Amino acid sequence: MYEFTYQRADTLGDAKTKLGSGDDPKLLAGGQTILPTMKQRLASPSHLIDIGNLSELQNISVESGHVTIGAGVKHADVASSAEIKSAIPGLAALAGEIGDPHVRHMGTLGGSIANNDPASDYPAACLGLGATIITDTREISADDFFTGMFETALGDDEIITAVRFPKPEKSGYMKFPNPASRYAVVGVFIAQHGNGVKVAVTGAAPCVFRWSEAETALNSKLSADAISSLTVPASDMNSDLHASAEYRAHLVGVMARRAIDILS
Amino acid sequence: MPKVSMTVNGKPVSADVESRTLLVHYLREALDLTGTHVGCDTSQCGACVIHVNGCAVKSCTMLAEQAEGTDVTTIEGLATNGELHPVQAAFQENHGLQCGFCTPGMIMSAVDMIRRIPNLDEKTIRAELEGNICRCTGYHNIVKAIHAASQEMGS
Ligand SMILES: Cc1cc2nc3c(=O)[nH]c(=O)nc-3n(C[C@H](O)[C@H](O)[C@H](O)COP(=O)(O)OP(=O)(O)OC[C@H]3O[C@@H](n4cnc5c(N)ncnc54)[C@H](O)[C@@H]3O)c2cc1C
Ligand code: FES
Ligand code: FES
Repeated sequence: MYEFTYQRADTLGDAKTKLGSGDDPKLLAGGQTILPTMKQRLASPSHLIDIGNLSELQNISVESGHVTIGAGVKHADVASSAEIKSAIPGLAALAGEIGDPHVRHMGTLGGSIANNDPASDYPAACLGLGATIITDTREISADDFFTGMFETALGDDEIITAVRFPKPEKSGYMKFPNPASRYAVVGVFIAQHGNGVKVAVTGAAPCVFRWSEAETALNSKLSADAISSLTVPASDMNSDLHASAEYRAHLVGVMARRAIDILS
Repeated sequence: MPKVSMTVNGKPVSADVESRTLLVHYLREALDLTGTHVGCDTSQCGACVIHVNGCAVKSCTMLAEQAEGTDVTTIEGLATNGELHPVQAAFQENHGLQCGFCTPGMIMSAVDMIRRIPNLDEKTIRAELEGNICRCTGYHNIVKAIHAASQEMGS
């Protein structure tokens, strides 16, 4: 790791001030992505501003139609929250399948979506549930937030404070995990809302996306056979040592059909 | 250099570190607690698992400064008055180790999962060991040891 200066933020305002000074400061939340990246010398921030202890980012609140989760809430706390399990069981289950227990004890919702790794799980839940990303300055709909591989609509010194998830009637997430890291080779999040079905696919392509053809088919009939003849083009898929583009395209259909079977 | 203070195995400790010092290096080099191992240094293997404020984390993926003010437990802090912790004893009785390299992390992970999950069954134990890699026992006896310890501690 290259040298840098660590600074702990006491409040959100303090984090914002610290982020506005220094050559190339970066936020540190759970550190489960940024520290491995810095160890590989793929990132060399001048300062790390630790927001891991900010109580302002730790709330979970359940209102009639929504669940709002603070950006600093850890995966383990989403997975075990009785409130989230009862309001959006598919979301709690997704959080419980991220990485391993140690990663879930440190990694945060905000860190995961700010990073927008093409193989990460939360972006699929954000798109599938039609979430709103709340930052210190504005609100961004999930459809506008994830803009490309490791790219988001966030400004340089913008801080995610929370994510608001509408409560669906039913939802479910199915992933084919990489056997070593548990990142999604392909993951599909499906949610049935009062105004229609959303299908979000992660792991498969350079960026999480909504599979609109499947949404249309499932709006006519919410069952696995309604999409059994649909495919996504392999030319849009990622290809790497874990899976070829053709295999990923195949898995999108399989994971989507399995997700329908576990909707709750 | 910044000074970092925390409680480790019940004792207050303090040392000067660079910001880039990982918690595992603080423990091993500044405090001489070499029971915590570095297997991969890439957040995969779990040889470095310790407890920070009671939760199992990978100490190679945390900065020493992030642990400022926390309560840390390492493998050295489990035994009391020279008597092995029930999980340590179960690993010994069930042959849960061969070379022992992964064992500190396995045991710290086991103590954490037993704390969180009552009535552990084999399937759950295997899923919970997702972040711990062993290159020699083949897991079978590790799972057996954790199961035995969980039953003993639960009863
Ligand atoms: C072994 C291993 C396995 C994993 N498996 C999975 C998996 O199966 N699925 C999965 O989805 N993920 C997985 N992860 C990643 C994990 O979920 C991370 O926790 C997550 O990607 C980043 O969250 P963090 O809180 O650790 O962020 P950090 O590493 O602290 O930060 C990541 C980035 O986000 C920025 N950031 C952090 N918080 C904010 C904020 N509030 N506002 C704006 N920017 C912010 C940081 O500046 C940094 O650039 C795995 C990680 C490891 C090490
Ligand atoms: S050394 Fe920390 S996970 Fe391998
Ligand atoms: S006992 Fe040798 S690596 Fe696990």
